[in-house]
Order: sequence, then C-alpha cells, then structure tokens
Amino acid sequence: MSESDTDPSESDGPPSDGRSAVRRLGAQLQDGDAGLIALVMAGIYVLFTIFAILGPSQGFEGVVAAIQTVTLWTALYAMLVLALNLHWGYAGLFNIGVAGFMAVGVYTFAALTAPTGATPPGLGLPLWVGIVGGMLMAALAGALVSLPALRLRADYLAIVTVAFSEIVRLSLLSTTFEEFTLFSSVPFLPDVPLGTGAGRGISMPINPTIPVKSIYYTNPQNPAAGDFTAFGETVITAFRAVGVRQTVVVSLTYTLVLLGFVALFYWLLRRIGNSPFGRVLKAIREDELVANSLGKDTRMFKIKVFMVGCALMGLGGILWETQRGFTDPTSTTFRPIQTFYIFIALIIGGAGSNTGGVLGGALFAALLFQGPLYVSRILSKFIATGDAPSTFAGALAPVASLNLTPFVAYTLQNVSSLRFVLVGVVLIVLMHRRPTGLLGHRKEVASSIDLGKRTSRTGPGEGRPATDGGNDVGGERDD
Amino acid sequence: MATTERIADVRLAVTERPTTALFGAFVVLLALDLVFKLLGFELTAGGASLLGGSLRFGRLITLVWNGLVVGLGIGLAGIGLSMTYSILSFANFAHGDYITSGAFAGWAVAWLVAGFGSGALDGNVLFLATVGFGSGGPSAGELSVNVLQTPFAIFSGLVVAILATVAVSLLLDRLVFEPMRDQSGIALLIASIGVALALRYVVVFVFGARNRGLTAGGAKLILAGVEGKLALATQRSTIIRAQGGDVPADAFYTELPVLDFGGYSAELLTVTSVELTLVVTSLALMYGLHVTLQRTKLGKAMRAMADNEDLARVTGIPTERVVRATWIIGGGLAGASGYLIALERGTLAFNLGWLLLLLIFAAVILGGIGSIYGAIVGGILIGLTNSVSLVWIPSSFSTAAAFAIMIVVLVIRPAGLYGGVTTA
Amino acid sequence: MTDDGTSVEGTAATESDAAAESGNRESATAERTADRLDEPGDASLVVDDLSKSFGGIDAVDGVSFSVERGSLTGLIGPNGAGKSTTFNLITGVNEPDTGRVSFEGQDITGLRTSDIANEGLVRTFQIARELEEMTVLENLMLAPRGQSGEKLVNAVTPGLRGRVREEERALRERVWETLELFEIDHLAEEHAGNLSGGQRKLLELARALMLDPSMMLLDEPFAGVNPTLEEKLLDRVHELREEGLTFLLVEHDMDLIMEHCEHVIVMHQGQVLAEGEPADIRSNDRVIDAYLGEDI
Repeated sequence: MSESDTDPSESDGPPSDGRSAVRRLGAQLQDGDAGLIALVMAGIYVLFTIFAILGPSQGFEGVVAAIQTVTLWTALYAMLVLALNLHWGYAGLFNIGVAGFMAVGVYTFAALTAPTGATPPGLGLPLWVGIVGGMLMAALAGALVSLPALRLRADYLAIVTVAFSEIVRLSLLSTTFEEFTLFSSVPFLPDVPLGTGAGRGISMPINPTIPVKSIYYTNPQNPAAGDFTAFGETVITAFRAVGVRQTVVVSLTYTLVLLGFVALFYWLLRRIGNSPFGRVLKAIREDELVANSLGKDTRMFKIKVFMVGCALMGLGGILWETQRGFTDPTSTTFRPIQTFYIFIALIIGGAGSNTGGVLGGALFAALLFQGPLYVSRILSKFIATGDAPSTFAGALAPVASLNLTPFVAYTLQNVSSLRFVLVGVVLIVLMHRRPTGLLGHRKEVASSIDLGKRTSRTGPGEGRPATDGGNDVGGERDD
Repeated sequence: MATTERIADVRLAVTERPTTALFGAFVVLLALDLVFKLLGFELTAGGASLLGGSLRFGRLITLVWNGLVVGLGIGLAGIGLSMTYSILSFANFAHGDYITSGAFAGWAVAWLVAGFGSGALDGNVLFLATVGFGSGGPSAGELSVNVLQTPFAIFSGLVVAILATVAVSLLLDRLVFEPMRDQSGIALLIASIGVALALRYVVVFVFGARNRGLTAGGAKLILAGVEGKLALATQRSTIIRAQGGDVPADAFYTELPVLDFGGYSAELLTVTSVELTLVVTSLALMYGLHVTLQRTKLGKAMRAMADNEDLARVTGIPTERVVRATWIIGGGLAGASGYLIALERGTLAFNLGWLLLLLIFAAVILGGIGSIYGAIVGGILIGLTNSVSLVWIPSSFSTAAAFAIMIVVLVIRPAGLYGGVTTA
Repeated sequence: MTDDGTSVEGTAATESDAAAESGNRESATAERTADRLDEPGDASLVVDDLSKSFGGIDAVDGVSFSVERGSLTGLIGPNGAGKSTTFNLITGVNEPDTGRVSFEGQDITGLRTSDIANEGLVRTFQIARELEEMTVLENLMLAPRGQSGEKLVNAVTPGLRGRVREEERALRERVWETLELFEIDHLAEEHAGNLSGGQRKLLELARALMLDPSMMLLDEPFAGVNPTLEEKLLDRVHELREEGLTFLLVEHDMDLIMEHCEHVIVMHQGQVLAEGEPADIRSNDRVIDAYLGEDI
C-alpha cells in the first residue's frame, strides 16, 4: 500500500497523449492507493444507502441525499486533512490551530467579495480575487505564527497555534471590528469601510457555489426564481423524474467540484513530497539536527511549508464555510474542536500518507461524524421511545424501577454530544493500538525519480536491484 | 548570588537580544502611561493622544484585585499542569476538563448538602445531583447556597471536588496514560486531547450544556474613601450616607486609622465573600503544598524526577509512586480550582475548564514548566494581564492579550521566568 | 550542464573531483587572508579559547587547538571531558560563551549549523543519527548541496520540475557509486532504521561525504562497530585523507588513535591537557595521571 513513485516515465509537462495519463492511472490502481480509496468509498456508500433506506423514508432522494452528504463531508475533511498532513505528516510541525487559519481565509474572502454597500461592507471584488486573497492572508498568518514558534519545541508550537486560533476567533467575535474604516487617518489613501460583523456574522453573496449554480440557473444569485439554463432545464427535469429535487442536484454538483479540489490537493502534496524539498521535510520530521548538520537551513523549509499548508487550510476553509453564503464566529468550523476533528481524521488514516489522509477523512466523516446521527435516527424510528426526557435526571429516575426506555430515548436524543465521547475514545484507542494510523507513516521515497533504477550499470551487479531502467534517460550521458 | 546572576542575565539580554529589550521598553512605556493616566495628565500631538488620559484610582485597584483573584485560581490550576508536564513530559490537554469535572462533582455535593439543610432534598435528589439540570427544582436562591449562609455545604463541595478529581485523574492515568509511558510527548498530548473530548461530553451528557447559576448573592465588603478617610462598610448605601456625613447607626461601618488625604471621597474596592474564599483557600492550599514538598521525601523525589527522569530511575526513586503522587496533587488542585473559580463566578458550564486551559498553559509557560512557584507567579501575572489590560484595550481582547504575553515570553525566554532555576 | 560536474563515473573521478574541489577551496582561502586569524602553519580548523558552561558547570573551559590541513587528528579524553560539547560548539549546535572558531581562515563562530556544513565542515554523531524512516538511498540523496529541487517552486511547478529530475538522476549515480564504495549498496532500499549499528556508522560517513566536505568531524565513529567493519571504515578514512580531506576524530580506543593519528589532542575536565604526536602523548605524565594508569 505504498505510494511509491512507480512510474519513472511520468512526464512533467502536460501529458503528451491520453495514453500516458491512462497508464499512470492504471499504475496507481495497481499500486493499490486509488483502488483502496475506491473500495472504502464503495463500502461507505453501501452503508449509507442502507442507512437511508432504514431511516425515515424519503425514497430515492433520501438515498441520493445521504450519499451526497457523506461525500461532501468526506471531501471537506479530506482537503483539510491533506493540508494538515503537509504540516504534521511531512514535516512534523504540530499545528493545532487549523481552525484559526481557516477563519483567516474565510474572513479575508468575505471582506474582499462582500458588496460595498452591505452590512458589514466589503470590497465587492470578484470571486477569484477573494479566493487568492484568502489563501495569501492565511499564508501570511502562517508566517506570522511560525516565525516565533518554529524555533520552539513541538508542544510549544501546538500551544502557540491553538492560542492563535482562539485569538482569531475572539477577535472576530469582538464588536471593535464589527465595522471599521481602513486607512481612515492615513493621508493620500482612500477610506475603505470594512467589518467582521462580529456576532452578527457576515454575508457572502459571492461564493464558490455561484459558478456551480450558474450551470443550472440564469440567475445563480437567486435560484428560487427558477430561471433555468438550457442545460439546467434538461438535468433538473431528468432528476425530478426520479424524485430528486433541484437543491440536491446543485449540492451534488458542488460536491463533485470539491472532489476535484481534493484531487488537486493530493496532486500538489505528492509533488511536494516526492522532491528534494520533500526529502528535506522528511529529514526535519525525523531529526532536525541531522538536517541542519547536512547543511539544510531548516527554518526556511519549515516556514515555507507552514505557509503553503496554511494557504491550503484557508482555501479549504473558503470552500467549506461559504456554501451557505453566510458565516459567523460561532460556526463550528472555527472552533478548536474543528482542528481536533481534522487531526483525528489524519491520525485515523496515518500521518504522512496522502492516501491515508483521504481515507481518514472519509472514515471520519462517514463513521464518526455522520454515522452516529443516521444510526440514532434509525433507532428512534424502530424503538418506540415516546417523548424523550429532557434531562439526565429525568432519564435516570425510571431506571430505578427497571424502566430503561426513557434512558434509551435520552441517549438517542443526545447522540450529538455522545459522538464527541466516541471521537475521544477512538483517538485514545488509536494512540494505544495504532499510533501510526491505518496506513502508517509515509513510505513512498521522497524523490522525483525512482532511486532504485540506475542510469548505467557500473561494475558487476552484486545482487543489486534491477538496474535496467535507464531507457528513459538513455541519451543523457553521451553529451 | 542568584540576584547578581539575574542582573547579569538582564544585562546580557539587553545587549544581545533586541527583542527582549524591545519588550522591556514596551512594558516601561505602559507603566509610564499608567502613571500619566492616574495623574490625569495627557500628552497629545496633532489631536491624537500619545500618552496618558484619565483613570480613576479606584478602577485600577479593582482591576488589580480582580486580576489577583483570577490569577490565583489560574495559578492553583496551573500547578497540576506544570507538574504533569515536567514529570510525565507531556502537555495535558485534558487538564481543563479535570477542572470542569471537579467543579461539577463539588457543586453537585454542595447543592445536595444545601438542599438537605433547607429541606428541599425530597424528590429533588437527582435534580440537585446534576446541579440543577432541567427545570422544576429549587433554584440556587431557594437553596440559599453561599459562603456565609451554608458554609458546610460549600466546604463539603470543596472536599468532594478535590477527591473526585483525584479519582478521575488516577483512573484516567490507569486507563490511558500508564500504557503509554514509553511513548513520545506528542503521542501523549494527542491521547490527552481524546481524554479531554470524552470527559467534556460525558459531563454534557449528565449535566447538560446549559450555563447555570450556582450561588445566592453573598456578602461583600466595600473599601472607600470618605472625606479623606479610608473606611470599610458592607453596604454601598452606608458609604453614600457616610459621605454625606450621616453614618447609619445600625450598619457596619469602620473608619481605618490611616493617614488623612484631603477631601477625597470615592469607592475604591469591593471585595465579595466568594472572592475572599477563593483567595484564602488558594493561598492555604498553595502553602500546604509548599510545606509538603519541602519537608517530605516525596517532595525531594518529585523534584529529582522533574529534573531528570532517567536519573531518578537509576537512583532508585519509585517513579510510579511519584507519578501517582503527581496526579493526586495535580488532580486535587485542579478540582479545587475548578470548584473555587465556579464559586467566584457564580456560574458553571461544561466548557469552564476548556476555556481556562489556554490561560493556564500561558501561566505555566510564563512561569517555566516544572516550577510550582513559577505556575503560581505565572498565574497571577496572566490574571493581572487579563484584567489590567482593560485599561488600554476592549474587554474582548483581554484574553488575546494574555496569549500574546505567553507568545512573547516563548520568544524571549522559552524556559519561562523560573525555568532552569529551581523545580518543584 | 552543471550536473555533469557532479555526476561522475567511478571512484577515480570522485577522487579527482575532490582534489579539484579542495584546490578551489585553497585558492579561495588565499583570497580571504585579510580576515585570517592567527593560525600556526597550514591549519584547516583553529579553535581559540572556547568556553561553554551549562547551568554553572563548565563543560568546555578555554579550549584552544588547531587541526592541520590534510591531517588525521585524534581528540581523546575520558567521559565528560567535553569532547562532544567541543564538537557542538564548533558546528554551531551550541553557541560558545567565549572564544572563536575559524575554518579555512574564516571566522565561523556563531554561524548556523547549516551554514557551517555548507562551508565544507561536516560532522557525524556519537550515536548514529540516521534518518530512520528514510531509506539508505534517501539518506544519501538528502545530503548534496545546492539541489535546485530544494526550492519549493522548482519542486512543484510543472515546467521547472524537469530540471530537478535531471539533477536527481545525476545525483542518483553519485549516490550509488558512494554506496558501492562503502559496500552498502545491497542495503540501498532498506529503511535506515533497519540497519545494524555498524552499517549506520557507514551510512553516516557516506552521507556526510555526499556534501563534498573539506573537513570531517567524526564523533566516535567506531563505537559499537565490529572489527571487520572498523577496518573497512578506517580504510575509507585513510583513502579520503589521501584525497585531501582533513579529519578530526573523537575516539575512546587509545590504541586506535595512537596507531592511526599523526596528531593527538587530549582533553580532560573541559580543558586541553596535552597536545602532540602519539609518542609524546604516550609518555606525558599529566595524561597518564588523568587516565589513572590506563594503558596508553
């Protein structure tokens, strides 16, 4: 299950022909990585189909919605897990302020794209400016945090990053920046009204779901008006025929876009990992003093990788949080718990492994995050529990007279908090039994080429691994 | 000798470490600003205020007192975190939830005892035992839970808070941390996050997520200047009438025999019974711990282990016994601090400890990991920063200011104030 | 292409390359004579009055010595004499309280560990610090200086990655040659963590060599190594010395030092106790006293 670079003929520019891409995909399937992900997703889909059928009946649409939901969460977690993997898995940087960097990305996006006249006002810039700006600002925040913290021990970095994420969250809650004017007392610069909206939150009418909606609607800002594009008309009618509403179709499409981003993250991380840069990161994770003693200025590597990871966290945050077109600081996305969720997903899959990261995201989203809710819904449907007591006392009192029903009902009612207990217990068990996660540490060799294959054979091969892989660079040694 | 070393340290820091000098200059500037503000003196340039302004003396005293109260609570909680950090070599992210557990266990008992005292126990046992989760039971006011009216209930709560948290931390050590002794500090840290989540939401399951009022309003003592004399009273109205020259005969009112300073009349400080309870109890517990560690073999063993675990093993100190003692002391103090902080605030919710945790970390890092006195001093400094920073910044940033102090200390003196000087 | 300079065939080429390299270095040194410190003869490394204390204990206390270019110099002393600390001070792992270190005529006191390594002064560790979860190949590929793929942009950007791969292919050749030289090529794809103690020492030496150093500091390179491997390691050291490398060697084994080193420095309680040729050291009363009659 290694992610080794099995295909030495991987070309660097765009693939010259379709066949090489197909060959690469085939190699990955053989390698087991893509296959494994497909297998796990298939298992999850079967499970959620069963959940949807057993749960409160919503017909075919229920099944589609269940699968869409679990895929959406898988994609969201997978993106952030991959970003965190760059920090923790690749370079051993223990960042537990992920939520803070997400918040920086999202709020920068919001400030850049929100209309100038809105409350709170923004700059009214286009979508892509918001996305790029959000990523840059998150990277900048990463640099700010990493400059002092990277000199410190791993556990100090942890505390500094989590403190940073809380500073961000508390600042966003503060009414001081609810609405303010940038450059108000700076001469020659225009006054720029901005704001976080504090507890009231901030609207993001321009967000990444708009391009998706514009596939189906001529007026994507207001889908309720129901002005379809020709393509939208066809697709939505087709789905309606099988009982799937247009909102589900739109969600499904956005989910597919997110899967594309997961693939992009995966590709980027693989490229970073399988390079001399990634090799230094790996060395830093293993033993920073050795990396230093071999002439690598590890601080620069750490700052760079920290910034890239934070930019990806910012992007992940934007794609995650802007879906509803609105955010506020009380959103779960920005709470420290979110960071721990992402961490747990990474640890489930195995820090260091990208495939593991995606799998961890999928398993976390399906089994720990969404699963318990579905199970509780199904149980509530089949066990006639009557009205659940609203308090623990109310649930416990009848137990004395051997009436367990109220207790069960109370438990089912509180699945959302018991889910946290489950997550905590899973984390402890993982650290006990399998601290390296399902796929363990990164096993792929950190190089852009296959190191085992030699260009030329010098001297008699004394039981050395095959050395016949020189065909791709055959001419190089002649000049 | 230590002092001269310290002075030499400072001199070295200024010449060789510009960040330290910069931070020092910043602190001096703030102090200067504070003095200007108190004197009502303001330095302006082009309409913008540079230094000074106005600040009532009474407000500063109140801020300092609040800082001390909060700081002692944080310091008390920090001792345990600092001990486990140095002896078991990991940052325990579950420490905040030990605090919460202690607070809930203690308050459940305090309410039960108070309910028993006021005859409200019948039919409300489970309601009282879940510290008023739900509706229909007696309120804190009806139970009249407070330090002066139900001292026994408050005291039994404190004892149970300590015992319950000791039990929880020993149990969790047995289940979670003991099998991981040989693993890295980061692995233990991650496991402690798991413990934190599980513990916190078990608390939610049993006690609910709601914030609840704990105590019935208690007594207070007001310090005020009355026509140039310092006076103590229990009622604000007494002070106001005394300032008018008409001291009520039946109310508590004492003028303090200190110097006269003109015609100064203002309220200076209000001290509540719960604040006093927190301060006195914390100081007593800290002193008790100090004596225990100085006088007993266990204390020496703990200091040895904090310095060097391998060495302690080689020299034959029973390390598991030391580890257990660490959890007992650390857990017990965490429980006590949770209980007392909840008492002081008068409210309790499931996220009490988690919200405090980062401040406690800040205190421990500020003081120097492994140093108990460092944790106490660090706690007080964090408490003061949190509170006195209100002079300059809005209250929503006071916590951020405390974190910022922590980050600055990490940069200029990663070992903390007491780091590498003495342990335990 | 510059790669061709680094991708060399066979050991002969490596030798000539190293010689050329050290030649360059000497001329560069000559240009820098202006900021030379006082150094006796043709010294590669000069340590001048180095001191360091930890928590009030003087680990290294006023140590001065120099290492002649192209020599194999031994640094001995009982446990706790301050040898490893001296290494750490030279290589910038710890900053000295007082004193200066100059290498090839350049003051390197207070430079970062990575900068010192890039100056051509490379060390190995007392307890081999191989990168456990990296393969032997990766360990060696890591070391070479100035890899363009260490720049994130080059590593990621589609158009630029081709050059990185070219460079890596050239390096791969050099790595395999070095592995063959040290006879650990059969372990190439093994994770370093699975190697035996002696193999790790070989790996460390090979890895350090990939940096093209002009001087190496070896901290007890033969500790825990079986006699056959020890012989092999020593052969490599002598070969490399003939190619112009300078060695400073910390070792416990007196006989080994006396037999192989032409110059010996004895440290005791953080200070230099004696310095000279093996024969002189053997008969030095203070050294004998310090070692309490151990057979020297």
